[in-house]
Amino acid sequence: MIVAERKSIPELVEILKAHKKILVLGCGTCVTVCLAGGEREVSIISSALRIASKVQGLGFEIDEFVIERQCDNIFIEQAAEAIQKCDAVLSLGCGAGVQAIAERYPQKPVYAGLNTAFLGILEERGVWAEKCAACGSCVLDKYGGICPVTRCAKHMLNGPCGGSREDRCEVRPDRPCAWQLIYTRLKGIGQLDRLKQIESPKNWRSSLSGGPRVIIREDHRI
Amino acid sequence: MMNIENTEPTIVAFCCHYCAYAAADLAGSSRLQYPPNVRIIRTPCTGRLEVDFFMKAFENGADGVLVAGCEEGSCHFKEGNLLAKRRVNYTRKLLSEAGLEAERLRMVNIGAADAQKFAEHVREMVETVRKLGPARLKKATNQG
Repeated sequence: MIVAERKSIPELVEILKAHKKILVLGCGTCVTVCLAGGEREVSIISSALRIASKVQGLGFEIDEFVIERQCDNIFIEQAAEAIQKCDAVLSLGCGAGVQAIAERYPQKPVYAGLNTAFLGILEERGVWAEKCAACGSCVLDKYGGICPVTRCAKHMLNGPCGGSREDRCEVRPDRPCAWQLIYTRLKGIGQLDRLKQIESPKNWRSSLSGGPRVIIREDHRI
Repeated sequence: MMNIENTEPTIVAFCCHYCAYAAADLAGSSRLQYPPNVRIIRTPCTGRLEVDFFMKAFENGADGVLVAGCEEGSCHFKEGNLLAKRRVNYTRKLLSEAGLEAERLRMVNIGAADAQKFAEHVREMVETVRKLGPARLKKATNQG
């Protein structure tokens, strides 16, 4: 899922202070699961903004609305009335959601209420960890399903850097060394010989380095 | 939610059914004196309380919110009070960000027999909030 976290209330106040009628728009998909922009967070952030408005005399009028998916026009339509009524939208969707709303409503200021952080999973209650860098050219088949591009701080493709200590990453000791995980995993599935193959430098053109990416499926186009 | 008088703070106290609520009950039965500013809401466990509950309490006019759970290690549901503690801490940070004093939200731990302690906590909370002054969020509906 896409993992995000909320911006601070002072940051949001700074972003919104030129407006009066504000719609806090949540998204029912990824950001709901990572507890950043779902129904509950819309309610909490709206409350915080109302309190900030009262305390600081900002004169905000806050409305709340949540749609199933902000990155999809079919769902955006459900928020049409609420969006029409407001001066500005504070989207609690991911960066894609914010831009989808902004594209759909060219005359309406749309702001991001979250910092979209990474593609990851819930590792344990309250802890989300990055697992995929969306590099556009997946190498997981070669590394036993553990991504060195994302999970190795140095993006090493041909073995560990040698800096890990007690299976922990040298750069971030709170995280496991990806290469230790890869070794253990490949050993477990009997594919250690994969490590004998030398990987050539990664072609980053399929990533953001090649500019914004588009996938076109001619068989689905109308 | 209206104040008893304009100058008197209103405190919402979320009290766990298994401890603080019983302590409040006992305080009443024992004729212990404590300020009448407190509005007690019984909860099955403080672990049931979410950040939104505290935010809404303030939005609807509370000048202070007291969360009273079991003593740490003796939660009826094992760790509900520890969950509440984290949520209270998070909310205090959020309130500070919004410009409201974090001291207006407080969590305390009270045993079911601690009527005296309950009364003291209420007195302290009322005193703290009185010093801070009214939150001035009353009648905060949509308009900020």
